[in-house]
Amino acid sequence: MITAIIVTGLLLIVAILVTVFRVQSLISITKKADERVGTSNKVNAVLFPVFLVIGFGLAIWISFYSDKFLLPEASSTHGKETDNLFWITMGVIGAVFFATHILLFWFPFQYQYKKERRATFYPHNNNLEVVWTIIPGIVLTTLVISGWWVWRDIMKDAPEDAVVVELVGKQFNWIVRYPGDKQAVLGQSKSELGRYDYRLIDATNEIGIDFTDVNSFDDFTSTEIHIPKGKPVLLKIHARDVLHSVFMPHFRLKMDAVPGMQTRFWFVPEKTTAEMRAELGNPNFNYELACTEVCGRGHFSMRTLVVVDEPAEYAKWVANRKPFLAQNRDYLKLVPANLKEKALQVVGPEEGAEPAAAPADSASAPAVASVPVATK
Amino acid sequence: MATANLDIHDGAHAHSHDHDHEHEHHELGFIRSYVFSEDHKVIAKQYLITGLIWAFIGGFLSILFRIQLGFPEAKLFWLKPLLGGWIDDSGKLDANFYLALVTMHGTIMVFFVLTAGLSGTFSNYLIPLQVGARDMASGFMNMLSFWFFFLSSVLMFGSLFLSTGPAGGGWTVYPPLSAVKTANPGSEMGMTLWLVSMAFFIVSQLLGGVNYVTTVINLRTRGMSFSRLPLTVWAFFITAIIGLLSFPVLFSAALLLIFDREFHTSFFLSDLYVAGQALDNRGGSPILFQHLFWFLGHPEVYIVLLPALGITSEIIATNSRKPIFGYRAMIVSMLAIMVLSFIVWAHHMFVTGMNPFLGSIFMFLTLIIAVPSAVKAFNYITTLWRGNIVFTPAMLFSIGLVSLFISGGLTGVALGNSAIDIQLHDTYFVVAHFHLVMGSASFFGMMAGVYHWFPKMFGRMMDEKLGYVHFWMTFIGVYMVFFPMHYIGIAGFPRRYYSFTNFDFSKSFTDLNMFISIAAIVTFSSQLIFAFNFFYSIFKGRKAPQNPWHSTTLEWTAPVNPGHGNWVGEIPTVYRWPYDYSKPGAQEDFIPQTVPYAATPESNLPHEIDDEELYTDTPEVKSAH
Ligand code: HEM
Ligand SMILES: [Cu+2]
Ligand SMILES: [Cu+2]
Repeated sequence: MITAIIVTGLLLIVAILVTVFRVQSLISITKKADERVGTSNKVNAVLFPVFLVIGFGLAIWISFYSDKFLLPEASSTHGKETDNLFWITMGVIGAVFFATHILLFWFPFQYQYKKERRATFYPHNNNLEVVWTIIPGIVLTTLVISGWWVWRDIMKDAPEDAVVVELVGKQFNWIVRYPGDKQAVLGQSKSELGRYDYRLIDATNEIGIDFTDVNSFDDFTSTEIHIPKGKPVLLKIHARDVLHSVFMPHFRLKMDAVPGMQTRFWFVPEKTTAEMRAELGNPNFNYELACTEVCGRGHFSMRTLVVVDEPAEYAKWVANRKPFLAQNRDYLKLVPANLKEKALQVVGPEEGAEPAAAPADSASAPAVASVPVATK
Repeated sequence: MATANLDIHDGAHAHSHDHDHEHEHHELGFIRSYVFSEDHKVIAKQYLITGLIWAFIGGFLSILFRIQLGFPEAKLFWLKPLLGGWIDDSGKLDANFYLALVTMHGTIMVFFVLTAGLSGTFSNYLIPLQVGARDMASGFMNMLSFWFFFLSSVLMFGSLFLSTGPAGGGWTVYPPLSAVKTANPGSEMGMTLWLVSMAFFIVSQLLGGVNYVTTVINLRTRGMSFSRLPLTVWAFFITAIIGLLSFPVLFSAALLLIFDREFHTSFFLSDLYVAGQALDNRGGSPILFQHLFWFLGHPEVYIVLLPALGITSEIIATNSRKPIFGYRAMIVSMLAIMVLSFIVWAHHMFVTGMNPFLGSIFMFLTLIIAVPSAVKAFNYITTLWRGNIVFTPAMLFSIGLVSLFISGGLTGVALGNSAIDIQLHDTYFVVAHFHLVMGSASFFGMMAGVYHWFPKMFGRMMDEKLGYVHFWMTFIGVYMVFFPMHYIGIAGFPRRYYSFTNFDFSKSFTDLNMFISIAAIVTFSSQLIFAFNFFYSIFKGRKAPQNPWHSTTLEWTAPVNPGHGNWVGEIPTVYRWPYDYSKPGAQEDFIPQTVPYAATPESNLPHEIDDEELYTDTPEVKSAH
């Protein structure tokens, strides 16, 4: 089908070309040589306002046409503000767009060449220049300052009690890690992510979690992102191979994932997935996480589901997660002997086996993590 | 490549100037006249033809990926003869090759077409002719400039045929993707060639830029003060300065990237685990590369745009039969843009994890740069006001440029706001923004320039009617292609996606994407009208009069086919600014720059008296040779 379209298109163009060229070489013979312009000057002059009217019509039409495909109202607190800013800015620039184009396309028609007329010699007017330097200046300053307030709020440090989720970009999917909720067992004051080091990465331990860090014992990974509604959520982001970028369009959220450097973004989700489904009348609606920094072949397919739960549901979900260490008990080997007991308390005894006799094999624990490690 | 031998042989072209040339009447052979020529006019044509060829290649690549985006289900076996293995067994375009196409399209268009093709052509052609010089300050460096560009072109073109494909990390070539060969097939030999090619390209730009600046400063004819320079020359001059200051930074970025790739350094690399292996690079920063890249990258967008604006200023004034409104304000705006363009680069990096405080600073600086841009737009519109407008194809393209510049510039105001940019960054909204304001606007400037100065370049006229058709198809076309992209971007569609079917939020707009692709194909095809008109007119076009547009500037006082040295006899002296159009009291509606005030008492304004010194007959004549 495309072949057909292209071939027709090309034929059409060749046809237009030949006809125009024929016709016009015939005309040009008759055209008086001393005239500065011919009839085509008029035609072009008229085409500008025509273009203006039809163009405006189409621009307005497409705005309505597109409306139903745009993203639903932002599902995050800051997203509502940035959307507001965006639409106010669009209003301002839309007005300027219409006003300037009316002049730009009207003048060619109005002031098309007439033999008997002379253009007005009007080389400058400093007052005008000052006016149209100052007015855009004021408008832009207003927009910048309102933008800056919002930006500052978005980028300030996350509240202490924010739910922490780690997102790690890799070719070509996202890895999601939570700090776990067993800090009491571990004797820690706070639920924290364990350290990671890219040199510890293997096929299973995809982030390179460092199991010499107590905080890592209760960390769990997930294939989906769950977050509680109405609570601040702090994303701790990095990449392990090339640049990626965390993009959650429904939350108006974007932050690059950089290897060797942690980036952060915090936000407050305002609507659960269920609420969105009801609101949009779409039982299949899902929040999504995409990648927006080109990262290679699979860049367009780095999808991870994001689920916003009611806080109670979320707590239940977290409680039901098994720590990474519990699911991959091999890695217990990496836990230093003095911490093994704590680790076992968190991961529990192996199903069907007696509690391990720790001292017996502590000597064979691999000597790892003598290297300095990246911090949280 | 037979780009150089297009100069036409006319009687006037022979070396007939019998002026103060020390070394006249030596016939240069074909090679020295048309291939390794040191004549700025030949070099300009070499740049033009090479640039146009690149434009068609770059445009064609974009058609290939638009087919993928508009018709994701299509079976593309019919492209197999051309693309071979890049069409897989199920008739789909390879996803890696898609990225390579996007990368090559961007690189070619930004650097080879709109930098080399535009500045290279018109700075070379117009600076000597408009300031009244016999040639560039250094013809030899000018020749080297083109041939470095040519070498860089050959390398880039060659990379299209590698089995691993050309570079594929986007035109911004961010590491680590571009640095680690195992991360992407496009990061192997393709990337190496990209970097080497760009290194040569930068050398070419610097050689050219030094020449442009020197020529403007040193080789102006008598009376051609800076305040009498046409805005074209001002624009080329400022562009060259921007290039001289910013391209070296890209050179260093490219060099460090080459080190990281080949010599195991870690300027941009740290903590990587790629293709099943932990690399031992530590301590580098990928963000550093982005700073270096955009330190060139943002000035680069003005390197691309300013010459187009200069060309437009000239053409709009000429064809409105009015002085450009606010000549000084135009210059001040360009100078302001020059300075500001160096301190806004990080607006491309708001969400890279850069310190948010820096983000705030760059947001303020970015929105300041919108002010001089706005002033320029208003001045263009006011120039049209109460003009007596002649619609040559060049004029149509210039008006089109102003429209595109406004439409695209306005969305920059949204993007420059860091809070808003969080959502819009790397979506199709950005694609729409820069294709209107940079891609299309500069392309329109280039077309305007070609139509306007074709008679000077080739001694013949292009066909006007074909020009009209070309303009209207292109103008409608680019709006059809890029206007809808704003909406796709607002809907969150990310850039550089091979397909949009993997996400629920991007499943919509399939019809619109198809529409855009068809519009792109039609717009691209209509460039064939131009190609036909251009090449046909070189050989068969109507013979041009000396000053076809009734223009005031110096180049139109040179012979129809200016020979080596440009003017026969002495270089004309300049007595007035270049915009005396429709001056009250004057007989004609234009007074060339070479007419002294003494000859026009009827139209002189009170302060307009000739410079005494211009009449004192000094034997010393400025000449390039
Ligand atoms: C009114 C003044 C302008 C402002 C405030 C502005 C602002 C911006 C901003 C903030 C971005 C980054 C968007 C993002 O990646 O999220 C951007 C991108 C871009 N702008 Fe502008 N811009 C302006 C004018 C221009 C002009 C005049 C040009 C070119 C002649 C231009 C060319 C570009 C290009 C090429 C990009 C995208 C580069 C890329 O990511 O590949 N802009 N602009
Ligand atoms: Cu990606
Ligand atoms: Cu920029």
